[in-house]
Amino acid sequence: MIRYIEKIGDNALYTLQDLGRMGIFLAMSIAGVFKRPFRFGAMIRQVRLIGANSFWVIFFTAGFTGMVLGLQGYYTLRKFGSEGALGSAVALSLLRELGPVLTALMVTGRAGSAMCAEIGIMRNSEQIDALECMAIDPFRYLITPKFLATLISIPLLTLIFNVVGIFGGYLAGCELLGVNPGAYFAGMEQSVINKDINMGIVKSFVFALLVVWICTGRGYFVHGIRGAGFGAEGVSRVTTQAVVLSSIAILIWDYLITAIML
Amino acid sequence: MSAVIIELKNVYKSFGSQTVLNGVSLTIESGKTTVIAGPSGQGKSVTLKLILGLLKPDSGQIFVAGEDISRMRAKNLNRVRTRFGVLFQGGALLDSLTVFDNVALPLEERTSMRWSEVQERVLTTLEQLGLKGHEEKYPAQLSGGMRKRVGLARALMLQPEIMLFDEPTTGLDPEKSLEIYKLFMDTQERFGYTSLIVSHDIPKIFNLADQVIIVNKGQFNTFASPEELHQSEIPEIQAFVDSTMGNVYLSREME
Repeated sequence: MIRYIEKIGDNALYTLQDLGRMGIFLAMSIAGVFKRPFRFGAMIRQVRLIGANSFWVIFFTAGFTGMVLGLQGYYTLRKFGSEGALGSAVALSLLRELGPVLTALMVTGRAGSAMCAEIGIMRNSEQIDALECMAIDPFRYLITPKFLATLISIPLLTLIFNVVGIFGGYLAGCELLGVNPGAYFAGMEQSVINKDINMGIVKSFVFALLVVWICTGRGYFVHGIRGAGFGAEGVSRVTTQAVVLSSIAILIWDYLITAIML
Repeated sequence: MSAVIIELKNVYKSFGSQTVLNGVSLTIESGKTTVIAGPSGQGKSVTLKLILGLLKPDSGQIFVAGEDISRMRAKNLNRVRTRFGVLFQGGALLDSLTVFDNVALPLEERTSMRWSEVQERVLTTLEQLGLKGHEEKYPAQLSGGMRKRVGLARALMLQPEIMLFDEPTTGLDPEKSLEIYKLFMDTQERFGYTSLIVSHDIPKIFNLADQVIIVNKGQFNTFASPEELHQSEIPEIQAFVDSTMGNVYLSREME
């Protein structure tokens, strides 16, 4: 019994320590923005890696998500004789929910895992220690460009997701099932208000921060994470953990933001 | 007697329940070569990380050029770190950068030197260390010995006062080890740095060291000269010396 309580206490202490360490990590990464010299070139390269290279993944995910929404929406709405509302149904689900959430999840899988593994390997092979020894701030040099690039990329990718998704819905609903295109777009214009778009944008920024924070942070502390182990195996476990944690965090925060903003 | 540049005073460090350093005190004099040797897992690398401020001691003080770094803030610590050049065990080169970019990194990040100057300095140093023609290669395309030489070139870029070598010859064949040590002697002569060498076996340049520190059970035993070490009466140290000394690199004439 006492051992059981000890274990709970031990885990609670570890969690507290981990949260504290991740909090300091976040603060240092943000502080890196204000340190000179600013690594503009590195940030642009990261935008390409995280953002531009994710374009096709986002394009296909968005296209098929929109088409599925078009199909499902059409058959549901037809029961009530309101196929004309298809446009607003597709647009609202994409702008408020699916756009930001699916974009963030796809970027986590594609770029988040890569960031985590990269930082983890650098920690493992003493490259981060080497930077510190050369008095080069590893946050400014390595982490901050990734933070900024993710904060630029995910919101932009979310907007692309929304546009492509709406046209996917159009393709399935209007071209295949015969909904009036005028009604599809006019319905959207009437029902979508600024608040919906704002909610999507706020979400995409929050998700971007969560993804880059969790993924780079896990990689950075690869040696300090309980049960991760060392070497290549440590990096692989931490990467898996980063992807799982980011995905869960995205869904939890999705609920929280919706509850606050709706 | 020359000035003391690094001093550890009664330093304790433990990880969880494992005590690694148990009240360690040592001094390293400016311009001299100090060797810290001992079996693996006795706290040699930890000592190196403490001196660099990468780890903080549980108690005790660490002075670098008279400044206590054990409770120093990051900003001041960075200033102190500019005194150091470090050669890591595996070279610790940034593997996404070429040899040239790796060596140029400290100049680009830490100085406001013009690009043409940076280029000139890097190319000259690479040539001096026998790395001409390898500028555009990536660390993964280099042999272990070459990676160490690139690491040394990078460490020397800011002309450090103190060079720290972490296991400089681990993973190299005897011939390559000798080559690396020769490089140390040459560059030390040229740049006049204080050098601190950490090694798990007694390195071949032993007889060129000014001071030898043998780590034994968390205690550091300092010997003023290699001769003194040979005459040590501590059985563990005797055994360690016997098992690892072997072929000693006595001087440059031996080559």
